[in-house]
Amino acid sequence: MSDFLTVSVLLATLASGIRLATPFLLAALGETIGQRSGVLNLGVEGVMLLGAYGAYYATLRTDSILLGILVSLIVGGVMGIVYGVVTLALKAEQGISGIGIFIFGLGLSDLLFQKQVGTPTPIDGLGDVAVPLLGDLPWVGEVIFHQNVLVYVAFLLVPVLWFVINRTPFGLNVRAVGETPEAADSLGVSVDRTRYITIFVGNAMAGLAGGALALELGIFQQNLTNGHGFIAIALVYFGAWRPSGVMAGAMVFGLVSATVLQWKTLGIVVGTTASIVGMFPAVLTILVLVLVSRRTGQPSALTRPFERGH
Amino acid sequence: MRPATAGAPLLELEGITKRFPGVVANDRVDFDVRPGEVHTLLGENGAGKSTLMKILYGLYQADEGEIRLRGEPVTIESPSDAIEQGIGMIHQHFMLVPTLTVAENVALGLPSGRRLMQDLSPVQQRIRELSEIYGLAVDPDAYIWQLAVGERQRVEIMKAIYRDVSLLILDEPTSVLTPAEVEDLFVTLRQMTDGGRGLVFISHKLHEVMSLSDRITVLRGGRVTGRTVPSETSREQLAHMMVGREVRLAPNRSESDVADARLAISALEVLGDRGTPAVTGFDLEVRSGEVVGIAGVSGNGQRELAEALAGLRPVASGTVVMNGVDTTTKTPKEIRRLGVSYIPEERMRDGAIGEFSVAENLILTSHDLPPTSRRGFLNFKEIETGCSDLVRRFTVKTPSLETPTSNLSGGNIQKLIIARELSGEPEVLIASQPTRGVDIGAAEYIHTVLMDQRAGGIAILLISEDLDEVIGLSDRIAVMFEGRIMGTLGQEEATVQRLGLLMAGVSEGEE
Ligand SMILES: Nc1ncnc2c1ncn2[C@@H]1O[C@H](COP(=O)(O)OP(=O)(O)OP(=O)(O)O)[C@@H](O)[C@H]1O
Ligand SMILES: [Mg+2]
Repeated sequence: MSDFLTVSVLLATLASGIRLATPFLLAALGETIGQRSGVLNLGVEGVMLLGAYGAYYATLRTDSILLGILVSLIVGGVMGIVYGVVTLALKAEQGISGIGIFIFGLGLSDLLFQKQVGTPTPIDGLGDVAVPLLGDLPWVGEVIFHQNVLVYVAFLLVPVLWFVINRTPFGLNVRAVGETPEAADSLGVSVDRTRYITIFVGNAMAGLAGGALALELGIFQQNLTNGHGFIAIALVYFGAWRPSGVMAGAMVFGLVSATVLQWKTLGIVVGTTASIVGMFPAVLTILVLVLVSRRTGQPSALTRPFERGH
Repeated sequence: MRPATAGAPLLELEGITKRFPGVVANDRVDFDVRPGEVHTLLGENGAGKSTLMKILYGLYQADEGEIRLRGEPVTIESPSDAIEQGIGMIHQHFMLVPTLTVAENVALGLPSGRRLMQDLSPVQQRIRELSEIYGLAVDPDAYIWQLAVGERQRVEIMKAIYRDVSLLILDEPTSVLTPAEVEDLFVTLRQMTDGGRGLVFISHKLHEVMSLSDRITVLRGGRVTGRTVPSETSREQLAHMMVGREVRLAPNRSESDVADARLAISALEVLGDRGTPAVTGFDLEVRSGEVVGIAGVSGNGQRELAEALAGLRPVASGTVVMNGVDTTTKTPKEIRRLGVSYIPEERMRDGAIGEFSVAENLILTSHDLPPTSRRGFLNFKEIETGCSDLVRRFTVKTPSLETPTSNLSGGNIQKLIIARELSGEPEVLIASQPTRGVDIGAAEYIHTVLMDQRAGGIAILLISEDLDEVIGLSDRIAVMFEGRIMGTLGQEEATVQRLGLLMAGVSEGEE
């Protein structure tokens, strides 16, 4: 036990918690913006898988991590357009189409992987970048400012998203459309246009979240995300549809995962115990969701398609 | 009455026709508005008033006909087109975002000039200025969910004034307002017409129509059936024009035998949505053969009281006894089984399921009882005959019993729920705003039914903001203010003035 409590181990756990939180955070922030406009996307997991594969494959072929990141964004964006057409133009049921997107992403990412790569080939993942000056701070620098670039991006997106939602005309439209689309429409705000944008951005972020995961691990395999996308959706509820709340949720999740990993690495838990402890994050999600399932903040028009005159 | 303003029309609708499956909602309607006038559209529930206005506002497209603004033909394909043309609309149901502030609701959809940052301070400033000018008390920083209905209506007006509309459509703006609020609203509206704006006004309350209108057009079955001006008509004549027959405007009260108490409420305390007491220290008894009216400005605990009685809201303390059974902790279904009927205030939300057909909504509370169902099977023959009978008696205007309820006009949904609640031969009836939003023909019928039920010995608790209705129907009237009874008046002693004072929270001694 004493090993676990040393400062360096603790700091390492914190740093790895932040890193592990990143894919959750990116995906959950994307889901947040979509839900704030009234659109539930249960397909995050599928989009993440496609983004992860896209990033992995592009990096594998070109050795350019930047290109990998770009591809994951594009793949996510394309899936956003698909989901937008299905739910907005065709007015399909959101819950069902989201599950469809998940299954599609799960199948296609694996198919492409088998056809194009076959055997798991590692790539050079994202390296850590120390932030000048801040990186030199004792403890804090080590924990927060020695991370890969996508970690910084994800955490910077928290205030950015807050600002967009709460302080811009577009954000006002988003909030109105998610709450009372009829009212927004009656003032000339295009409900569908607003939702297309949020779905596009949200899915691009889900794609990026997948990319972050693949580039962090430096590998792709079938079902690489292993539930990340679904937990991200839960985090939106946990965070009461606010970027800061979502970040808190992602951090809790990242830290618990990091601790479990650390315990396993240090041999604190072994065998069956390790397997049981390995379920902590999942159990935690359920517990936390039950405990904090206040519905305050839930956009009233969530999952409700909009049709003028109805 | 002021003479109708002369001058070139601001708006002309010519030959507007709109068909929905099974109904012609508008049939070659001509209608115009001149600058500076109030032109009232009058008509029964389902006559096509809202449809015509939604066409003008771009929410529906006309099948035939032409819209001209200031003499120019225009096409209005969406609300944005309408806004661009200077048209504003106050809808029959609120179009506000509850989770946003007043200023945010007003700013919504305003051109942002591609600015990145939303700066609400000029909007707030302008709202304060306009509040002054038009006597519209609204706080730009308040959230909509915090506001009472009267204040919400002022926000709707503010949205229109802020956009400086030249033509404003008001679809039943007064149905949720108290008499005092209606007076204030009319002052604001007059100020708007004095500035040269044109107004289209829709209301089922004939005295309002008489006092505000410059011209009146009557619709029946989608067609224009009459045009008049207030100085040449009367409320009785207007009623006749709308319904096509004589209408008795005051209910006919007869003697009834008052017997034992059917509803006894003692020391009732109920919490509101925000966990604060909405009803406190409430004692009331309603006996069979008696109508007890609850008057009061909405938001003084009436809704919470009704919901608690119906079992939809927990009772914090105190007891409710109905038909001799303690129902304080009973479920809505158990309470219904005791012979209690409930007409909710928010009928669109609590009273009907929009996607369900008319027939399904009519059997919603009786579907598991004979004769509607037997041994677990629905009896369609019985449903068909029972429902057609209700639809006919309560004049619910619907193309068929299979029509989805959400396609009915606002007033017809109200009638449908009332028909259902009064059909079960209840022993206790809790009726919240039973005639809100229904046309006078239907209001007359509902009043007659209530009086018949009273004569038949049921106990009726009538919660209404319409003082004429409360005075006309009730044997006793309790006035509610801030969750408690301010005073109780007998039928003979109740006047609009005395009730008005109690409603404002002034107790009898203080006058
Ligand atoms: N979206 C729709 N689909 C089908 N039918 C409709 C639709 N909207 C309205 N109708 C029908 O058109 C007719 C006119 O309805 P409208 O809402 O214009 O009446 P209204 O005069 O405003 O009545 P109220 O006083 O009850 O509000 C009604 O018979 C209604 O059932
Ligand atoms: Mg209407």
